[in-house]
Amino acid sequence: MDKEDIRRPENIVACKPRLLNDNNMHYCPGCSHGVVHRLVAEVIEEMGAEHIAIGIAPVGCAVFAYNYVDIDWIEAAHGRAPAVATAAKRLNPDRLVFTYQGDGDLAAIGTAETIHAANRGENIAIIFINNAIYGMTGGQMAPTTLEGMVTSTTPYGRRVDLNGHPLKITDLMAKLEGTCYVTRQAVHTPAAVRKAKAAIRQAFENSMNGMGTSVVEIVSTCNSGWKLSPADANKWMVENMFPAYPLGDLKTPQQ
Amino acid sequence: MAKVKGAVDINEERCKGCDLCVVTCPCDVLSLQPKEVNNRGYHYAFAANADACIGCAACATVCPDGCITVYRVMNRE
Repeated sequence: MDKEDIRRPENIVACKPRLLNDNNMHYCPGCSHGVVHRLVAEVIEEMGAEHIAIGIAPVGCAVFAYNYVDIDWIEAAHGRAPAVATAAKRLNPDRLVFTYQGDGDLAAIGTAETIHAANRGENIAIIFINNAIYGMTGGQMAPTTLEGMVTSTTPYGRRVDLNGHPLKITDLMAKLEGTCYVTRQAVHTPAAVRKAKAAIRQAFENSMNGMGTSVVEIVSTCNSGWKLSPADANKWMVENMFPAYPLGDLKTPQQ
Repeated sequence: MAKVKGAVDINEERCKGCDLCVVTCPCDVLSLQPKEVNNRGYHYAFAANADACIGCAACATVCPDGCITVYRVMNRE
């Protein structure tokens, strides 16, 4: 059997999802955003929700998410994605509304909107990309930056006495009564990608079933900001990010 | 002969040469072009050892840009 016999449409086991369009993504080579965009596109396609999905794009690297996934998007002001999602979901309760935010957007400027949307138990899903750095603006310290981590604004490492502790905002949201599902995933290996996809699907279904706010944190790499190669960034994430941000479900729906 | 055979197609113009598929592949099928570049100047990935492919789709699962299409057949001979 030669390769041309194998390359038939009926033998495809993995390909680019239909909802992820042909625009070249502006993300750096190896960026976790690309994987998560693909997972969002796959989940929406599998749920058959492309005509009812409304994504709220953040400010940050993912600001152009609306260029890549062929669903309806609203671009929110910096950090205000959960507030915009609240309005979209309350006015269109039959729509699948989710936000896609980075750590600078969700955990810094948008802390108030995030906490209060989660506390109100809005029926939205929040996808939170945590790469511990402000990627788009040049790798400055974010609230989620690890202790001792070197960034362009903390060249000698983050100091707790000066800059405070890394903000574990997902743990904070798990304590709120409005959230129904809070989980922390990663996308560095095929197994982790599949788990993250299942988590995103669960979050979207919770949103459609009116169970409250679902939060999926994806611990991600920023290889440009961390000044590492993509493969080394994944290793660095496993060694340094996972002890501070352990993977797993923080809160699961009460049956 | 291996029972499961696979093949990969890589969208060369979309590939950014991040190397993640190369380090993930369990059968060392993929490699980055040592000299050739695509229109955007990246050393894109290609199937250097295509016969070893088992169609596990690990490369397509971790690819950040969705460049990889994976095919798999069961060889019943």
